[in-house]
Amino acid sequence: MPRISGVDIPNEKPVRISLKYIFGIGTTTALEICQKVGVDPQIKANKLTEDQLSKIAAVLESDYVVEGQLRRQIQQNINRLKEIGTYRGYRHRRGLPVRGQRTKTNARTRKGPRKTVAGKKSVKEMR
Amino acid sequence: MTRSAKKGPFVNEKLFKKVQKAKESGNREPIKTWARSCTVIPEFIGQTFMVHNGKTFHKIFITEDMVGHKLGEFSPTRIFRGHGGIKKEEETAAAE
Repeated sequence: MPRISGVDIPNEKPVRISLKYIFGIGTTTALEICQKVGVDPQIKANKLTEDQLSKIAAVLESDYVVEGQLRRQIQQNINRLKEIGTYRGYRHRRGLPVRGQRTKTNARTRKGPRKTVAGKKSVKEMR
Repeated sequence: MTRSAKKGPFVNEKLFKKVQKAKESGNREPIKTWARSCTVIPEFIGQTFMVHNGKTFHKIFITEDMVGHKLGEFSPTRIFRGHGGIKKEEETAAAE
């Protein structure tokens, strides 16, 4: 299996698909990279030559922020919001949705599993 | 949606004038303001503002990191005091 950008080992799929296994590379960026390197996006990743692989790695290195570096960047941005005392930073700290979504219901992705409050009236009981 | 770049950042004119005046005179007094929608521009760095939140004013010292944000972002309008369940009420009653 080819190895690109540190620990990423994209499998036996077309290059445009297997590049997406790298954190920070989506459909658009994957195709962009193929074009820049001059590789057919449809060929299987294990058919790539050493030369092509190193070229892809070089392009990733110079033009894109991926994996650990990207993760660090995202975390830095969040920490900045927290440090300067913005409303968004406060929402991040609280683990609540940041972009003004409703929290009366839903928002489970941010809030995590439901914490049932004892003694709280359910909708059924109120009728 | 972000604001059109053509217009540039929104800055409250009156507030901007006040900042310039304060800078010229070297006045370090915090500037009271209701202009929550005003963008923080580099000229504001080092100034202290009292930003209204609908009830009181929050003292905010502007640092370099804050440039590009709105003044209102630093002055929360809601205070979350926690959800008071029955259990909590009992606890407070027991404490008294």
